Amino acid sequence: MMVSQASCQAQAYEAVESSANTLRFSPSLCINCGACLDVCPHGVFALGNGRVQIVRHEACMECGACELNCPAGAITVNSGVGCASAMIYAALMGRKEVSCGGDEPACCE
Amino acid sequence: MRIKMSMIVQTTSKLGEEDRRAWLKARLGIDRMGHRVEPGLYSLGKPLSDSPVFVTANYKLSFNALRSQLGDMDCYILVLNTEGINVWCAAGKGTFGTEELVRGIESTSLKDIVNHRTLILPQLGAPGVAAPEVRKRTGFKVEWGPIRACDIPEYMRTRKATDEMRRVRFDLNDRMEVIPVEIKNIFAPLTVALVALFLLGMQGTGFMILTIVLAGVVVFPILLPFLPTHDLASKGFVLGVFASIPFMGRAYFASVNEAPWVALVSIILPALMISPWVAFLALNFTGSTTFTSRTGVRREIFRYIPVMAVTFILGIGLDVGFAVAKWYGVI
Repeated sequence: MMVSQASCQAQAYEAVESSANTLRFSPSLCINCGACLDVCPHGVFALGNGRVQIVRHEACMECGACELNCPAGAITVNSGVGCASAMIYAALMGRKEVSCGGDEPACCE
Repeated sequence: MRIKMSMIVQTTSKLGEEDRRAWLKARLGIDRMGHRVEPGLYSLGKPLSDSPVFVTANYKLSFNALRSQLGDMDCYILVLNTEGINVWCAAGKGTFGTEELVRGIESTSLKDIVNHRTLILPQLGAPGVAAPEVRKRTGFKVEWGPIRACDIPEYMRTRKATDEMRRVRFDLNDRMEVIPVEIKNIFAPLTVALVALFLLGMQGTGFMILTIVLAGVVVFPILLPFLPTHDLASKGFVLGVFASIPFMGRAYFASVNEAPWVALVSIILPALMISPWVAFLALNFTGSTTFTSRTGVRREIFRYIPVMAVTFILGIGLDVGFAVAKWYGVI
């Protein structure tokens, strides 16, 4: 009984991660303001009991809006552009990955 | 403080003939980076100091999408300088961002024009704008409006975005809108290649290339949600096999008198040569979607590019091998 309670608590304070992407959520820091629910375009977050919970982790496209708008610093995500042609172009040219309409655009002229 | 009225440009919610032409040109990829509006503060109707303020990018289609949904509302529109890039892409690279928003608020003296401290931003601007920081630095609260401009009238009635309004979609219309630009980008080299192949008497290869392009660039976006499997590259492989069927049929009838194993290889050859290229074009479609993450795309590149290479090399190797063997009468 004691053990299960302890592990349950440990789980609640552990960061939530997934192998599908780089989104990482620390429930212990969450203040339940719901900003992430407003900015996420894929419904990854939902209001929970005193804390936000992740309901569609694998749907995250790493846009980074939640990390930027979380006032409590409870979310981190390695954001970037999920564009194969930009990544392949960058790899072939040995350049840094670019995004739409940059100085050295991959597809936008 | 006196308001410098000359700084505020009057606009309307009506789109004219010129706006429709601009839309068509942008969708055809003509003058791709030239569709800009002047950054700054615009007024729509007769706004007062308590009228709402909307923020958008200086890409003409973004500005037009917003104002066309505002009807007879009296409001202000703050247009940020995103160098003619739409909200989502500009937010991704940071030009529709905290710095530019703070600069826009200050350069237009917005604080002296409105008596409230709320800005309505499109939700897809959030990857570039840190709302808590904007509030700290300017006193303005960022309110995240809906993703699609067409939801603005409903949003302004309730001042609340439903879950539906907060989710990106990729409907048939959206998917088809990217097709003309893709065709325009490959049209010239494709035409040269096809003419050259036909002049060289290689009509078969020409038809194959045409099939690959049509499948990858036109059919793939349309059928995207209906193709099986999750990854875009694997969906492309599936579509590529279907696109190969006419060529496989032709190979079947051409090889009825061959040995069974020769016939079998001849029949699957077109699929080996066509499907990896359709898969490659499908993989490149990731940049047009708002669904793929960089982690996911990197995984797809590492998982499928080797498969594409091996499949195609095997196909072309067998094709050449068979041609040589037939020439020498071995098979």
